[in-house]
Amino acid sequence: MSCLNKFHILEINHLSISFQQYKSGTRQRNLPVISNLNVSVHEGEIVAVVGASGSGKSLLAHAILGLLPSNAHQEGEFFFLEKILDEKRKKKVRGKEIAFVPQSVNYLDPLIKVGSQVRNGRKSKEAKDRQRELFQKYGLGNQTEVRYPFECSGGMIRKILLSAALMEYPRLLIADEPTPGMDLETAKKAMEDFRRFADRGNGVLLITHDIELALEVADRIAVFYAGTTVEEALVEDFSSEERLRHPYTKALWRAMPKHGFEVMEGHQPYAGQWPKGCVFGPRCPKFGPECETEIPERVVRCGTVRCIRCKEDISSNHHEKREAHRHVGG
Amino acid sequence: MNRRKKTMLFLGSLALFFTVIVISGFCCRDVARVTDFSRKNMAPCVSFFFGTDWLGRDMLVRTLAGLSMSIRIGCLAAAVGAVIAFVLGVSAALFGEKVDAVISFLIDMILGIPHMLLLLLISYALGKGLKGVVLGVAFTHWPSLARVIRAEVLQLKNSTYVQISQKLGHSKLEAALFHMTPHIFPQFLIGLILMFPHAILHEAGITFLGFGLSTEQPAIGIILSESMKHLITGKWWPAVFPGAMLVLVVALFDVAGNALRKILDPSSAQE
Amino acid sequence: MNKKLKLRTVKWIGKNLIRMFLLLTAVSIVTFVLVNRSPLNPLQENVGQTLLGSMSAEQIEKLETYWGMKEPPVQRYLNWARDFLRGDMGVSLLYRQPVSHVIAVKLSNSFLLLLIAWLLSGIFGFFLGILAGIFRGTWIDRIIRGYSVLIASTPAFWLALLFLLVFAVWLKVLPIGFSVPIGVEATGVTVLERLRHAILPAVTLGITGISNITLHTREKMIDVLESDYVLFAKARGERMRTIVVRHGFRNILLPAMTLQFAAISEIIGGSVLVEQVFSYPGLGQAAVTAGMGSDVPLLMGITIVTAAIVFLGNSIANILYGFIDPRMREGERR
Repeated sequence: MSCLNKFHILEINHLSISFQQYKSGTRQRNLPVISNLNVSVHEGEIVAVVGASGSGKSLLAHAILGLLPSNAHQEGEFFFLEKILDEKRKKKVRGKEIAFVPQSVNYLDPLIKVGSQVRNGRKSKEAKDRQRELFQKYGLGNQTEVRYPFECSGGMIRKILLSAALMEYPRLLIADEPTPGMDLETAKKAMEDFRRFADRGNGVLLITHDIELALEVADRIAVFYAGTTVEEALVEDFSSEERLRHPYTKALWRAMPKHGFEVMEGHQPYAGQWPKGCVFGPRCPKFGPECETEIPERVVRCGTVRCIRCKEDISSNHHEKREAHRHVGG
Repeated sequence: MNRRKKTMLFLGSLALFFTVIVISGFCCRDVARVTDFSRKNMAPCVSFFFGTDWLGRDMLVRTLAGLSMSIRIGCLAAAVGAVIAFVLGVSAALFGEKVDAVISFLIDMILGIPHMLLLLLISYALGKGLKGVVLGVAFTHWPSLARVIRAEVLQLKNSTYVQISQKLGHSKLEAALFHMTPHIFPQFLIGLILMFPHAILHEAGITFLGFGLSTEQPAIGIILSESMKHLITGKWWPAVFPGAMLVLVVALFDVAGNALRKILDPSSAQE
Repeated sequence: MNKKLKLRTVKWIGKNLIRMFLLLTAVSIVTFVLVNRSPLNPLQENVGQTLLGSMSAEQIEKLETYWGMKEPPVQRYLNWARDFLRGDMGVSLLYRQPVSHVIAVKLSNSFLLLLIAWLLSGIFGFFLGILAGIFRGTWIDRIIRGYSVLIASTPAFWLALLFLLVFAVWLKVLPIGFSVPIGVEATGVTVLERLRHAILPAVTLGITGISNITLHTREKMIDVLESDYVLFAKARGERMRTIVVRHGFRNILLPAMTLQFAAISEIIGGSVLVEQVFSYPGLGQAAVTAGMGSDVPLLMGITIVTAAIVFLGNSIANILYGFIDPRMREGERR
């Protein structure tokens, strides 16, 4: 799909984020947490960024919304609706055209009634009508809006958070682990709302650690490892191991229960301890000295990969992707 | 040099500063009583940095002697208070709900009477003077530290290794002594040092009111209470300098306590 | 309010009242033991050593009976408690008036002072704390924190001396002391006049009480600003100002008020010292006078009344915390 020339809702190129940190006293160091990351979301698409818990993928959401803390340094380009998305525009569009769907009740002010929170404090008839319309759509009763967050069940909270995100008719939803503690069936049901949203020509960026859920609901998967996306693949590519491009993705595939539950050895390197060259190198069975150089991202069959061992390379597709980039840039 | 070393150096110099005050003040406590009417009511000048009072006593020497006494009394009172806090805090955590209820009732009761008033009552009960001040300050200052220690012990009590120790047949007291004390000691030390400034302030306060040390002692509270009588005639120096020195000493103790906390208990200090 | 909630409220209030009563009883016993074990003999303190020496044994005995020094202590405490419950706190030895009357007069003098100081420290502490929290790590934060540490280290009575020196002695803009001008009938004093005399002591008390609430509010503000719900608010495009007003105030005000109600004890404690410096004829000064003159009934009365006020403050703090916060108030519905 990515090789098709579809309208880009969101495109992120070469995003790097690092933190200024004090290490033992006054010595400062730069701790990189995201490095050279590329990801894009097209019209009508749910793209899942899948990575281990605590690997810093939430920062991706914060970066898109312009919410990184002041000691964070960020490089790279963002495009939203094919126009450049700088910090100034982020401030303008966040909460409106780009909406964030958080994961838990902690994201609601405990002392404000949920209706008012969804309306962002506005009391106009317009806002009230929109909020009631959304509540009705998601099966939240009339009494819900005057409740406090602690009086709502987990399922209600999820719907309330989604309503809050949809208030201003966004084009892009960024959902950070929207299904915490749910089993796959419940989570899939919860994700139906996202599907419907995407089908209306919008985009969803789903950030999750749950690859099985991602495979159920997303159109494309971006695999996040050690601060970067090692592979972008269509969901269909996960039907067999051979169609996958990166050794880490293959290992993930083998680790899934229905594919043998094979446990991967070692652990993901922590931020600040990334190896030189290929970040997956130390755990890779095909690791060789040539992997210690800078690994470029290449387009392979409607997806991308960061592995020099991945031999297939279809130049026509590559060409098409370049075209798409140029289209966006202009 | 890293932050930790800097803090250590800072704490070391503070300790030196306090020691110098305590010793020099102790040594010149007799000089502080020398009266000389030929030099009475002198404003601060080169030979008397802090001026002299209406009896011609050197205010700098008196201030030093007073600070020295305040620090010594404050340390003593805080130490007694900390011991009370330790014993009651540990007991509340270890010896069952009833003991806990009694001690928490006691804490509520002590906190119900304003410190100054309770201090006044205890000092009055003990016939004023040094003993009244020390015990008064000690008895009014233990509750907050006792609460901290209680919470700390409760947390430790439920930790695995203490429970194993008890299963191995060690008594509660043994468990407390051998396993908990090392963990609680840092909290205790910080609490003790942070208690000093309060102890010193309250010692000065109660002495100022006339319930503490006797008037012939060169205590800061006495000096300030005497200076009050001469304030109206515009003699500001006997009030300003000793008070400012007291503030300095108390503030430094406070800073020292917080710096120590940063070293001993890094989790509580993010900044 | 539903029935279950009402029942719970009644139960809760009842429990608190009983606890307060027990605490007050304990306070009265402790106070009684303390004032009665004093080696200072009220007879000697009040009548004077020389006069006592010149009196006949018969006269002394009569006086001792008058002050109830003959009976065993337990009996004396029970007598006192019985009278107290009837509203009779005894007669002040120094003022030669019923203790209840003395306390009523002194407390009404102190009330204005305490109230102004309490409000001053609460309001300023709250706003300084919020400011420091918002501008955490900047010079504004550093100044406010430095000020808090400094003021926490400053004895109230010394600050009172400084204010007295500056405003009353040097600038002569405010009076030196007394709650009313000397020589004026207490009834003829205007509110303005009273206020003028209460300003310096109240400001002194207020300033020294700020430190605690400022640092506490600052911590809470930082917690709120780092909370997930503020992150979500930012993600929804709320501006900093709206966030502070909408989420900050709401989430900080309650704990701050709770703390301030619990801080009544400190303000009263400070008033003992400050009233002494400004010769303000309030409850604090009366306590010092009573202690100095071994006025046992007055000392007992003042301690109990003060403790009652403090416990009342704590109860209000509990109510604020337990009933106004919706999470606590309707905690059972969950």
